[in-house]
Amino acid sequence: MQITFKDVTADYQIGPLRTPRVLDSVDFNLEPGTFTAVIGHTGSGKSSLLKAMNGLLIPVKGEVHIGGTVINRSKNKKSLKTIRKKVGMVFQFPESQLFAETVEQDICFGPLNFGVPLEEAKRIARQVIQQVGLGPDILTKSPFALSGGQKRRVAIAGILAMQPEVLVLDEPGAGLDPRGKKEILSLISKWHNNEKLTTVMVTHDMEDVAHYADNVVVMEKGQAVLHKGVRELFADIHALKSLRVDIPQARKLQLKIEQETGVKLPQVCLTIDELANCLMKAGLV
Amino acid sequence: MTARVVEVSNLVFGYDKRDKEQTLTDINFSVNKGEWVAVIGHNGSGKSTLAKLLVGLLEMDDGSISIAGINLNDNTKWEVRRHIGLVFQNPENQFVGTTVQDDVAFGLENINMPYEEMNNRVEEALKMVDLSELRFHDPSRLSGGQKQRVALAGILALRPSVLVLDEALVMLDPGSRRELLLTLKQLNKSSDMTIISITHDMDEAAEADRILLLEAGRLVDSGKPSDVFSKHQQLEPPFSEALRRMLKRQKNTVPDTYMTEEELVNWLCKSHLKM
Repeated sequence: MQITFKDVTADYQIGPLRTPRVLDSVDFNLEPGTFTAVIGHTGSGKSSLLKAMNGLLIPVKGEVHIGGTVINRSKNKKSLKTIRKKVGMVFQFPESQLFAETVEQDICFGPLNFGVPLEEAKRIARQVIQQVGLGPDILTKSPFALSGGQKRRVAIAGILAMQPEVLVLDEPGAGLDPRGKKEILSLISKWHNNEKLTTVMVTHDMEDVAHYADNVVVMEKGQAVLHKGVRELFADIHALKSLRVDIPQARKLQLKIEQETGVKLPQVCLTIDELANCLMKAGLV
Repeated sequence: MTARVVEVSNLVFGYDKRDKEQTLTDINFSVNKGEWVAVIGHNGSGKSTLAKLLVGLLEMDDGSISIAGINLNDNTKWEVRRHIGLVFQNPENQFVGTTVQDDVAFGLENINMPYEEMNNRVEEALKMVDLSELRFHDPSRLSGGQKQRVALAGILALRPSVLVLDEALVMLDPGSRRELLLTLKQLNKSSDMTIISITHDMDEAAEADRILLLEAGRLVDSGKPSDVFSKHQQLEPPFSEALRRMLKRQKNTVPDTYMTEEELVNWLCKSHLKM
Protein backbone atom coordinates (compact mmCIF):
# COMPACT_ATOMS: atom_id res chain seq x y z
CA MET A 1 0.00 0.00 0.00
CA GLN A 2 1.41 3.33 -1.05
CA ILE A 3 1.95 6.04 1.57
CA THR A 4 2.21 9.59 0.34
CA PHE A 5 2.74 12.76 2.37
CA LYS A 6 1.85 15.92 0.45
CA ASP A 7 3.15 19.07 2.10
CA VAL A 8 1.98 17.91 5.54
CA THR A 9 2.14 20.37 8.40
CA ALA A 10 0.78 19.41 11.82
CA ASP A 11 0.88 20.53 15.42
CA TYR A 12 -0.50 19.43 18.77
CA GLN A 13 -3.12 21.50 20.43
CA ILE A 14 -3.44 21.28 24.18
CA GLY A 15 -6.14 23.71 25.33
CA PRO A 16 -5.27 27.11 23.99
CA LEU A 17 -1.62 26.17 23.50
CA ARG A 18 -0.23 25.05 20.18
CA THR A 19 3.15 23.47 19.81
CA PRO A 20 4.24 24.84 16.50
CA ARG A 21 4.92 22.55 13.61
CA VAL A 22 5.81 19.14 14.94
CA LEU A 23 5.59 18.29 11.25
CA ASP A 24 6.65 20.99 8.85
CA SER A 25 5.86 20.64 5.12
CA VAL A 26 6.67 16.94 5.00
CA ASP A 27 6.66 15.61 1.46
CA PHE A 28 7.53 12.06 0.46
CA ASN A 29 6.26 8.90 -1.12
CA LEU A 30 6.77 5.36 0.17
CA GLU A 31 6.25 2.66 -2.47
CA PRO A 32 4.10 -0.39 -1.65
CA GLY A 33 6.10 -3.25 -0.14
CA THR A 34 9.02 -1.14 1.06
CA PHE A 35 10.58 -1.24 4.51
CA THR A 36 11.35 2.30 5.58
CA ALA A 37 13.41 3.31 8.61
CA VAL A 38 12.70 6.70 10.15
CA ILE A 39 15.69 8.15 11.96
CA GLY A 40 16.46 11.47 13.64
CA HIS A 41 17.26 12.93 17.01
CA THR A 42 14.92 13.11 20.01
CA GLY A 43 12.17 15.61 19.31
CA SER A 44 12.75 15.66 15.56
CA GLY A 45 9.18 14.51 14.83
CA LYS A 46 9.65 10.78 14.20
CA SER A 47 6.78 9.62 16.39
CA SER A 48 4.53 12.41 15.12
CA LEU A 49 5.21 11.23 11.59
CA LEU A 50 3.99 7.75 12.53
CA LYS A 51 0.89 9.17 14.21
CA ALA A 52 0.05 11.08 11.04
CA MET A 53 -0.02 7.76 9.16
CA ASN A 54 -2.67 6.40 11.47
CA GLY A 55 -4.93 9.42 11.79
CA LEU A 56 -3.90 10.06 15.38
CA LEU A 57 -2.45 13.36 14.26
CA ILE A 58 -4.47 15.24 11.65
CA PRO A 59 -2.59 17.65 9.41
CA VAL A 60 -3.53 21.33 9.62
CA LYS A 61 -2.24 21.68 6.08
CA GLY A 62 -1.59 19.20 3.30
CA GLU A 63 -2.73 15.60 3.13
CA VAL A 64 -1.64 12.05 3.84
CA HIS A 65 -2.62 9.33 1.38
CA ILE A 66 -2.72 5.74 2.61
CA GLY A 67 -3.47 3.63 -0.45
CA GLY A 68 -6.64 5.20 -1.79
CA THR A 69 -7.68 6.86 1.47
CA VAL A 70 -6.93 10.47 2.25
CA ILE A 71 -6.38 12.03 5.68
CA ASN A 72 -6.73 15.80 5.73
CA ARG A 73 -8.17 18.55 7.87
CA SER A 74 -11.73 18.22 6.63
CA LYS A 75 -11.85 14.47 7.11
CA ASN A 76 -14.65 13.37 9.40
CA LYS A 77 -13.52 11.29 12.33
CA LYS A 78 -15.56 8.20 11.50
CA SER A 79 -13.78 7.47 8.25
CA LEU A 80 -10.50 7.24 10.17
CA LYS A 81 -11.63 3.81 11.28
CA THR A 82 -10.99 2.39 7.82
CA ILE A 83 -7.46 3.78 7.98
CA ARG A 84 -6.80 2.32 11.41
CA LYS A 85 -7.91 -1.05 10.15
CA LYS A 86 -5.34 -0.88 7.37
CA VAL A 87 -2.53 0.67 9.36
CA GLY A 88 -1.38 -1.37 12.35
CA MET A 89 0.53 0.75 14.82
CA VAL A 90 2.95 -0.62 17.39
CA PHE A 91 3.79 2.09 19.91
CA GLN A 92 6.98 2.34 21.89
CA PHE A 93 6.90 -0.14 24.79
CA PRO A 94 3.64 -1.67 23.47
CA GLU A 95 3.55 -4.11 26.40
CA SER A 96 2.36 -1.27 28.63
CA GLN A 97 -1.00 -1.38 26.88
CA LEU A 98 -1.72 -5.02 27.61
CA PHE A 99 -4.86 -5.05 29.71
CA ALA A 100 -6.97 -8.19 29.40
CA GLU A 101 -7.20 -11.17 31.73
CA THR A 102 -5.73 -13.59 29.25
CA VAL A 103 -3.40 -13.31 26.31
CA GLU A 104 -6.17 -14.60 24.04
CA GLN A 105 -8.60 -11.86 25.10
CA ASP A 106 -5.93 -9.27 24.61
CA ILE A 107 -5.12 -10.38 21.09
CA CYS A 108 -8.81 -10.71 20.14
CA PHE A 109 -9.60 -7.18 21.31
CA GLY A 110 -8.55 -5.47 18.08
CA PRO A 111 -10.27 -7.85 15.62
CA LEU A 112 -13.51 -7.85 17.70
CA ASN A 113 -13.54 -4.05 17.61
CA PHE A 114 -13.41 -4.19 13.86
CA GLY A 115 -16.36 -6.56 13.74
CA VAL A 116 -14.66 -9.93 13.36
CA PRO A 117 -16.81 -12.73 14.91
CA LEU A 118 -15.46 -14.22 18.16
CA GLU A 119 -14.70 -17.67 16.74
CA GLU A 120 -12.78 -16.18 13.85
CA ALA A 121 -10.89 -13.84 16.21
CA LYS A 122 -9.85 -16.80 18.34
CA ARG A 123 -8.64 -18.63 15.29
CA ILE A 124 -6.57 -15.61 14.29
CA ALA A 125 -5.17 -15.36 17.83
CA ARG A 126 -3.98 -18.97 17.68
CA GLN A 127 -2.34 -18.26 14.36
CA VAL A 128 -0.55 -15.00 15.24
CA ILE A 129 0.70 -16.20 18.61
CA GLN A 130 2.69 -18.85 16.75
CA GLN A 131 3.88 -16.33 14.24
CA VAL A 132 5.47 -14.27 17.02
CA GLY A 133 7.28 -17.38 18.21
CA LEU A 134 5.15 -18.35 21.22
CA GLY A 135 3.20 -21.55 21.87
CA PRO A 136 -0.63 -21.71 21.89
CA ASP A 137 -0.52 -22.72 25.59
CA ILE A 138 0.35 -19.13 26.42
CA LEU A 139 -3.09 -17.96 25.24
CA THR A 140 -4.76 -18.89 28.52
CA LYS A 141 -2.14 -17.16 30.67
CA SER A 142 -2.36 -13.67 32.08
CA PRO A 143 -0.27 -11.26 30.01
CA PHE A 144 1.11 -9.85 33.26
CA ALA A 145 2.74 -13.12 34.23
CA LEU A 146 5.02 -13.11 31.19
CA SER A 147 8.62 -11.94 30.80
CA GLY A 148 9.43 -8.62 29.15
CA GLY A 149 10.27 -10.13 25.77
CA GLN A 150 7.15 -12.32 25.80
CA LYS A 151 4.93 -9.36 26.68
CA ARG A 152 6.33 -7.42 23.76
CA ARG A 153 5.56 -10.33 21.42
CA VAL A 154 2.01 -10.61 22.69
CA ALA A 155 1.49 -6.87 22.18
CA ILE A 156 2.80 -7.11 18.62
CA ALA A 157 0.62 -10.20 18.02
CA GLY A 158 -2.36 -8.04 18.98
CA ILE A 159 -1.56 -5.69 16.12
CA LEU A 160 -0.82 -8.47 13.63
CA ALA A 161 -4.20 -10.02 14.48
CA MET A 162 -5.88 -7.05 12.81
CA GLN A 163 -4.16 -8.16 9.60
CA PRO A 164 -2.99 -4.68 8.66
CA GLU A 165 -1.61 -3.87 5.24
CA VAL A 166 0.69 -1.22 6.62
CA LEU A 167 2.77 -1.84 9.73
CA VAL A 168 4.02 1.17 11.64
CA LEU A 169 6.43 0.61 14.53
CA ASP A 170 7.97 3.00 17.05
CA GLU A 171 11.27 1.53 18.26
CA PRO A 172 10.08 -2.07 18.57
CA GLY A 173 13.41 -3.21 20.03
CA ALA A 174 13.86 -0.54 22.71
CA GLY A 175 14.80 -1.79 26.16
CA LEU A 176 15.31 -5.44 25.15
CA ASP A 177 18.62 -7.26 25.47
CA PRO A 178 20.45 -7.82 22.16
CA ARG A 179 19.13 -11.33 21.63
CA GLY A 180 15.52 -10.41 22.39
CA LYS A 181 15.81 -7.43 20.12
CA LYS A 182 17.19 -9.45 17.25
CA GLU A 183 14.36 -11.98 17.61
CA ILE A 184 11.65 -9.31 17.55
CA LEU A 185 13.14 -7.57 14.55
CA SER A 186 13.69 -10.68 12.45
CA LEU A 187 10.10 -11.61 13.25
CA ILE A 188 8.88 -8.26 11.95
CA SER A 189 11.08 -8.59 8.90
CA LYS A 190 9.72 -12.06 8.17
CA TRP A 191 6.16 -10.86 8.56
CA HIS A 192 6.89 -7.91 6.29
CA ASN A 193 8.15 -10.22 3.53
CA ASN A 194 5.52 -12.94 3.86
CA GLU A 195 2.51 -10.64 3.96
CA LYS A 196 3.95 -8.13 1.47
CA LEU A 197 3.36 -5.30 3.93
CA THR A 198 4.49 -1.73 3.69
CA THR A 199 6.46 -1.19 6.86
CA VAL A 200 7.64 1.98 8.55
CA MET A 201 9.87 1.73 11.63
CA VAL A 202 11.30 4.42 13.87
CA THR A 203 14.69 3.45 15.25
CA HIS A 204 17.79 4.92 16.86
CA ASP A 205 19.96 1.98 15.99
CA MET A 206 21.76 2.10 12.65
CA GLU A 207 22.33 -1.67 12.79
CA ASP A 208 18.55 -2.07 12.44
CA VAL A 209 18.56 0.30 9.49
CA ALA A 210 21.40 -1.59 7.83
CA HIS A 211 19.91 -5.04 8.43
CA TYR A 212 16.20 -4.61 7.86
CA ALA A 213 15.27 -1.44 5.98
CA ASP A 214 15.57 -0.73 2.27
CA ASN A 215 15.12 3.02 2.49
CA VAL A 216 15.50 5.75 5.10
CA VAL A 217 13.72 8.98 5.99
CA VAL A 218 15.80 11.37 8.09
CA MET A 219 13.77 13.77 10.26
CA GLU A 220 15.07 17.03 11.62
CA LYS A 221 13.02 19.70 13.39
CA GLY A 222 9.77 18.37 11.98
CA GLN A 223 11.02 18.17 8.42
CA ALA A 224 11.87 15.16 6.34
CA VAL A 225 15.30 16.38 5.27
CA LEU A 226 16.29 13.27 3.36
CA HIS A 227 14.70 10.20 1.80
CA LYS A 228 17.09 7.73 0.21
CA GLY A 229 17.98 4.09 -0.25
CA VAL A 230 19.87 2.67 2.75
CA ARG A 231 23.02 1.91 0.80
CA GLU A 232 23.01 5.31 -0.85
CA LEU A 233 22.71 7.02 2.51
CA PHE A 234 25.62 5.15 4.08
CA ALA A 235 27.72 5.73 0.96
CA ASP A 236 27.48 9.47 1.40
CA ILE A 237 29.97 10.23 4.18
CA HIS A 238 29.43 13.98 3.97
CA ALA A 239 25.67 13.72 4.34
CA LEU A 240 26.13 11.38 7.32
CA LYS A 241 28.36 13.92 9.00
CA SER A 242 26.19 16.95 8.36
CA LEU A 243 23.04 15.11 9.47
CA ARG A 244 24.89 13.64 12.46
CA VAL A 245 23.79 10.14 11.52
CA ASP A 246 25.62 7.19 13.08
CA ILE A 247 27.33 4.62 10.86
CA PRO A 248 26.66 0.87 11.16
CA GLN A 249 29.54 -1.24 12.51
CA ALA A 250 30.38 -3.00 9.26
CA ARG A 251 30.46 0.23 7.28
CA LYS A 252 32.53 1.93 9.98
CA LEU A 253 35.14 -0.81 9.93
CA GLN A 254 35.08 -0.76 6.13
CA LEU A 255 35.94 2.94 6.11
CA LYS A 256 38.75 2.38 8.58
CA ILE A 257 40.17 -0.49 6.54
CA GLU A 258 39.91 1.50 3.31
CA GLN A 259 41.71 4.40 4.92
CA GLU A 260 44.52 2.31 6.41
CA THR A 261 45.16 0.04 3.44
CA GLY A 262 44.36 2.52 0.70
CA VAL A 263 42.24 -0.14 -1.03
CA LYS A 264 38.68 0.73 -1.96
CA LEU A 265 36.24 -2.15 -1.51
CA PRO A 266 33.86 -2.90 -4.42
CA GLN A 267 30.65 -1.91 -2.58
CA VAL A 268 29.19 -0.20 0.48
CA CYS A 269 29.04 -2.93 3.14
CA LEU A 270 26.09 -2.90 5.53
CA THR A 271 26.53 -6.27 7.21
CA ILE A 272 29.39 -8.43 8.43
CA ASP A 273 28.81 -10.96 5.62
CA GLU A 274 29.06 -8.29 2.98
CA LEU A 275 32.24 -6.94 4.53
CA ALA A 276 33.83 -10.40 4.66
CA ASN A 277 32.92 -11.05 1.02
CA CYS A 278 34.22 -7.68 -0.12
CA LEU A 279 37.53 -8.18 1.69
CA MET A 280 37.99 -11.46 -0.17
CA LYS A 281 36.95 -9.99 -3.49
CA ALA A 282 39.35 -7.08 -3.07
CA GLY A 283 42.10 -9.61 -2.38
CA LEU A 284 42.87 -8.18 1.06
CA VAL A 285 42.52 -11.60 2.66
CA MET B 1 50.96 -3.68 44.55
CA THR B 2 47.53 -2.48 43.57
CA ALA B 3 44.92 -2.44 46.27
CA ARG B 4 41.98 -4.78 46.09
CA VAL B 5 38.91 -2.68 46.40
CA VAL B 6 36.37 -5.48 46.04
CA GLU B 7 36.83 -8.95 47.47
CA VAL B 8 34.21 -11.63 47.19
CA SER B 9 34.81 -15.06 48.64
CA ASN B 10 32.66 -18.18 48.67
CA LEU B 11 29.54 -16.15 48.07
CA VAL B 12 26.30 -18.14 48.11
CA PHE B 13 22.80 -16.82 47.60
CA GLY B 14 19.32 -18.17 46.87
CA TYR B 15 16.05 -16.22 46.73
CA ASP B 16 13.90 -18.99 48.12
CA LYS B 17 15.48 -20.36 51.27
CA ARG B 18 13.28 -23.47 51.19
CA ASP B 19 14.65 -24.28 47.79
CA LYS B 20 17.95 -26.03 47.40
CA GLU B 21 18.56 -24.33 44.10
CA GLN B 22 20.82 -21.33 44.47
CA THR B 23 20.91 -18.22 42.33
CA LEU B 24 24.62 -17.80 43.02
CA THR B 25 26.94 -20.60 44.04
CA ASP B 26 30.42 -20.28 45.44
CA ILE B 27 31.48 -17.04 43.77
CA ASN B 28 35.09 -15.94 44.27
CA PHE B 29 36.73 -12.90 42.72
CA SER B 30 38.45 -9.67 43.52
CA VAL B 31 38.70 -6.36 41.70
CA ASN B 32 41.67 -4.02 41.85
CA LYS B 33 41.42 -0.30 42.32
CA GLY B 34 40.94 1.47 38.98
CA GLU B 35 40.04 -1.69 37.11
CA TRP B 36 37.17 -1.87 34.59
CA VAL B 37 35.48 -5.24 34.87
CA ALA B 38 32.66 -6.40 32.60
CA VAL B 39 30.25 -9.04 33.92
CA ILE B 40 28.58 -11.05 31.15
CA GLY B 41 26.25 -14.03 31.02
CA HIS B 42 22.78 -15.01 29.84
CA ASN B 43 19.53 -13.76 31.29
CA GLY B 44 19.01 -15.46 34.60
CA SER B 45 22.69 -16.25 35.15
CA GLY B 46 22.72 -14.19 38.33
CA LYS B 47 24.36 -10.95 37.16
CA SER B 48 21.85 -8.54 38.66
CA THR B 49 21.66 -10.58 41.85
CA LEU B 50 25.42 -10.23 42.20
CA ALA B 51 25.14 -6.46 41.77
CA LYS B 52 22.52 -6.21 44.49
CA LEU B 53 24.60 -8.34 46.85
CA LEU B 54 27.64 -6.11 46.31
CA VAL B 55 25.83 -3.05 47.61
CA GLY B 56 24.03 -4.91 50.38
CA LEU B 57 20.52 -4.76 48.91
CA LEU B 58 20.30 -8.51 49.32
CA GLU B 59 21.70 -10.46 52.21
CA MET B 60 24.06 -13.28 51.32
CA ASP B 61 23.46 -16.79 52.63
CA ASP B 62 27.12 -17.59 53.01
CA GLY B 63 30.58 -16.24 52.21
CA SER B 64 31.86 -12.70 52.51
CA ILE B 65 32.09 -9.45 50.57
CA SER B 66 34.51 -6.72 51.40
CA ILE B 67 34.41 -3.28 49.78
CA ALA B 68 37.32 -0.87 50.26
CA GLY B 69 38.51 -2.98 53.16
CA ILE B 70 35.17 -2.98 54.98
CA ASN B 71 33.51 -6.30 55.54
CA LEU B 72 29.90 -6.01 54.34
CA ASN B 73 27.21 -6.93 56.87
CA ASP B 74 24.00 -5.47 58.21
CA ASN B 75 25.85 -3.07 60.50
CA THR B 76 28.35 -1.82 57.97
CA LYS B 77 26.17 -1.60 54.86
CA TRP B 78 25.57 2.15 55.24
CA GLU B 79 29.27 2.78 55.47
CA VAL B 80 29.97 0.44 52.55
CA ARG B 81 27.48 2.35 50.37
CA ARG B 82 29.61 5.46 50.68
CA HIS B 83 32.23 3.57 48.70
CA ILE B 84 30.13 1.68 46.19
CA GLY B 85 27.22 2.90 44.07
CA LEU B 86 24.79 0.98 41.89
CA VAL B 87 22.99 2.31 38.81
CA PHE B 88 19.97 0.23 37.85
CA GLN B 89 18.74 -0.78 34.45
CA ASN B 90 15.46 1.09 34.72
CA PRO B 91 15.58 4.43 36.56
CA GLU B 92 11.83 4.93 36.17
CA ASN B 93 10.80 4.31 39.75
CA GLN B 94 13.61 5.84 41.70
CA PHE B 95 13.13 9.58 41.32
CA VAL B 96 12.47 11.45 44.55
CA GLY B 97 13.29 15.05 43.62
CA THR B 98 10.93 17.39 41.80
CA THR B 99 13.80 18.82 39.79
CA VAL B 100 16.79 17.11 38.25
CA GLN B 101 19.21 18.89 40.58
CA ASP B 102 17.21 18.04 43.70
CA ASP B 103 17.20 14.44 42.66
CA VAL B 104 20.94 14.38 42.12
CA ALA B 105 21.43 16.08 45.51
CA PHE B 106 19.31 13.51 47.37
CA GLY B 107 22.17 11.13 48.07
CA LEU B 108 24.38 13.97 49.25
CA GLU B 109 21.71 15.31 51.60
CA ASN B 110 21.47 11.88 53.11
CA ILE B 111 25.08 12.00 54.15
CA ASN B 112 24.74 15.53 55.55
CA MET B 113 27.06 17.22 53.12
CA PRO B 114 27.55 20.98 53.64
CA TYR B 115 25.53 23.08 51.19
CA GLU B 116 28.47 24.63 49.36
CA GLU B 117 30.16 21.33 48.71
CA MET B 118 26.86 19.78 47.69
CA ASN B 119 26.24 22.51 45.17
CA ASN B 120 29.62 21.95 43.58
CA ARG B 121 29.21 18.21 43.46
CA VAL B 122 25.78 18.42 41.83
CA GLU B 123 27.04 20.86 39.26
CA GLU B 124 30.03 18.70 38.49
CA ALA B 125 27.96 15.52 38.21
CA LEU B 126 25.40 17.17 35.91
CA LYS B 127 28.18 18.41 33.70
CA MET B 128 29.67 14.93 33.44
CA VAL B 129 26.45 13.48 32.10
CA ASP B 130 25.67 16.56 30.03
CA LEU B 131 22.46 17.53 31.81
CA SER B 132 23.33 21.00 33.12
CA GLU B 133 20.71 22.59 30.90
CA LEU B 134 17.94 20.45 32.29
CA ARG B 135 18.73 20.96 35.97
CA PHE B 136 15.39 22.61 36.76
CA HIS B 137 13.29 20.10 34.84
CA ASP B 138 11.05 17.46 36.36
CA PRO B 139 12.99 14.17 36.09
CA SER B 140 9.87 12.06 35.57
CA ARG B 141 9.10 13.98 32.38
CA LEU B 142 12.44 13.44 30.68
CA SER B 143 13.15 10.96 27.92
CA GLY B 144 14.38 7.45 28.75
CA GLY B 145 18.00 8.29 28.04
CA GLN B 146 17.89 11.50 30.02
CA LYS B 147 16.38 9.73 33.01
CA GLN B 148 19.20 7.25 32.94
CA ARG B 149 21.69 10.08 33.05
CA VAL B 150 19.97 11.65 36.05
CA ALA B 151 20.28 8.34 37.89
CA LEU B 152 23.93 8.11 36.94
CA ALA B 153 24.60 11.71 38.03
CA GLY B 154 23.05 10.95 41.42
CA ILE B 155 25.63 8.25 41.97
CA LEU B 156 28.58 10.14 40.46
CA ALA B 157 27.90 13.07 42.81
CA LEU B 158 28.67 10.73 45.70
CA ARG B 159 32.06 10.00 44.13
CA PRO B 160 32.06 6.31 44.96
CA SER B 161 35.33 4.43 44.62
CA VAL B 162 33.43 1.59 42.97
CA LEU B 163 30.63 2.11 40.45
CA VAL B 164 28.39 -0.84 39.58
CA LEU B 165 26.36 -0.50 36.38
CA ASP B 166 23.53 -2.98 35.96
CA GLU B 167 22.94 -2.67 32.23
CA ALA B 168 22.64 0.99 32.98
CA LEU B 169 23.21 2.03 29.39
CA VAL B 170 20.74 -0.21 27.51
CA MET B 171 17.96 2.35 27.37
CA LEU B 172 20.19 4.92 25.69
CA ASP B 173 20.38 5.39 21.97
CA PRO B 174 23.75 4.28 20.54
CA GLY B 175 25.09 7.81 20.22
CA SER B 176 24.52 8.92 23.81
CA ARG B 177 25.59 5.50 25.00
CA ARG B 178 28.97 5.92 23.37
CA GLU B 179 29.36 9.41 24.84
CA LEU B 180 28.52 8.23 28.35
CA LEU B 181 30.87 5.27 28.05
CA LEU B 182 33.63 7.66 27.08
CA THR B 183 32.90 9.89 30.09
CA LEU B 184 32.98 6.87 32.36
CA LYS B 185 36.21 5.67 30.83
CA GLN B 186 37.83 9.02 31.52
CA LEU B 187 36.65 8.89 35.13
CA ASN B 188 37.95 5.37 35.37
CA LYS B 189 41.39 6.42 34.18
CA SER B 190 41.73 9.92 35.66
CA SER B 191 40.29 9.39 39.13
CA ASP B 192 40.87 5.66 39.50
CA MET B 193 37.19 4.95 39.85
CA THR B 194 36.67 1.19 39.72
CA ILE B 195 33.88 0.13 37.38
CA ILE B 196 31.97 -3.13 37.41
CA SER B 197 29.70 -3.13 34.38
CA ILE B 198 27.04 -5.76 33.82
CA THR B 199 26.40 -5.77 30.12
CA HIS B 200 25.01 -7.62 27.11
CA ASP B 201 27.04 -5.48 24.74
CA MET B 202 30.00 -7.60 23.70
CA ASP B 203 31.78 -4.72 22.04
CA GLU B 204 31.67 -2.87 25.34
CA ALA B 205 32.84 -5.95 27.24
CA ALA B 206 35.73 -6.38 24.78
CA GLU B 207 37.12 -3.05 25.91
CA ALA B 208 37.11 -3.92 29.60
CA ASP B 209 40.31 -4.78 31.46
CA ARG B 210 38.79 -8.06 32.50
CA ILE B 211 35.65 -10.10 31.91
CA LEU B 212 33.80 -12.16 34.50
CA LEU B 213 31.63 -14.81 32.87
CA LEU B 214 28.63 -16.10 34.82
CA GLU B 215 26.71 -19.21 33.86
CA ALA B 216 23.75 -20.50 35.84
CA GLY B 217 24.91 -18.81 39.02
CA ARG B 218 28.54 -19.88 38.82
CA LEU B 219 31.57 -17.85 37.89
CA VAL B 220 32.95 -19.96 35.06
CA ASP B 221 35.75 -17.70 33.90
CA SER B 222 37.63 -14.52 34.66
CA GLY B 223 40.26 -13.12 32.35
CA LYS B 224 41.30 -10.74 29.62
CA PRO B 225 38.64 -10.25 26.92
CA SER B 226 40.90 -11.84 24.30
CA ASP B 227 41.24 -15.01 26.42
CA VAL B 228 37.59 -15.22 27.42
CA PHE B 229 36.30 -14.80 23.87
CA SER B 230 38.83 -17.32 22.49
CA LYS B 231 38.07 -19.89 25.13
CA HIS B 232 34.29 -19.63 25.07
CA GLN B 233 33.38 -19.88 21.41
CA GLN B 234 29.67 -20.03 22.25
CA LEU B 235 29.72 -16.37 23.33
CA GLU B 236 28.74 -13.90 20.70
CA PRO B 237 32.11 -12.30 19.93
CA PRO B 238 32.78 -8.59 19.41
CA PHE B 239 32.42 -7.38 15.82
CA SER B 240 36.08 -7.53 14.74
CA GLU B 241 36.51 -11.03 16.13
CA ALA B 242 33.29 -12.19 14.46
CA LEU B 243 34.69 -10.90 11.18
CA ARG B 244 38.03 -12.65 11.75
CA ARG B 245 36.29 -15.96 12.38
CA MET B 246 34.16 -15.53 9.29
CA LEU B 247 37.23 -14.84 7.17
CA LYS B 248 39.11 -17.71 8.78
CA ARG B 249 36.44 -20.17 7.68
CA GLN B 250 37.09 -19.18 4.08
CA LYS B 251 40.82 -18.61 4.01
CA ASN B 252 43.50 -20.47 5.86
CA THR B 253 46.00 -17.61 5.91
CA VAL B 254 43.89 -15.70 8.43
CA PRO B 255 45.46 -15.86 11.92
CA ASP B 256 44.04 -18.29 14.43
CA THR B 257 44.01 -16.03 17.43
CA TYR B 258 41.60 -13.45 18.78
CA MET B 259 41.92 -10.00 17.22
CA THR B 260 40.82 -6.58 18.33
CA GLU B 261 39.75 -4.11 15.69
CA GLU B 262 43.18 -2.47 15.82
CA GLU B 263 44.94 -5.80 15.30
CA LEU B 264 42.65 -6.85 12.49
CA VAL B 265 43.15 -3.61 10.58
CA ASN B 266 46.92 -3.85 11.06
CA TRP B 267 46.96 -7.42 9.87
CA LEU B 268 44.96 -6.46 6.76
CA CYS B 269 47.47 -3.68 6.05
CA LYS B 270 50.39 -6.07 6.33
CA SER B 271 48.79 -8.77 4.22
CA HIS B 272 48.00 -6.12 1.63
CA LEU B 273 51.64 -4.97 1.52
CA LYS B 274 52.88 -8.51 1.00
CA MET B 275 50.93 -8.84 -2.22
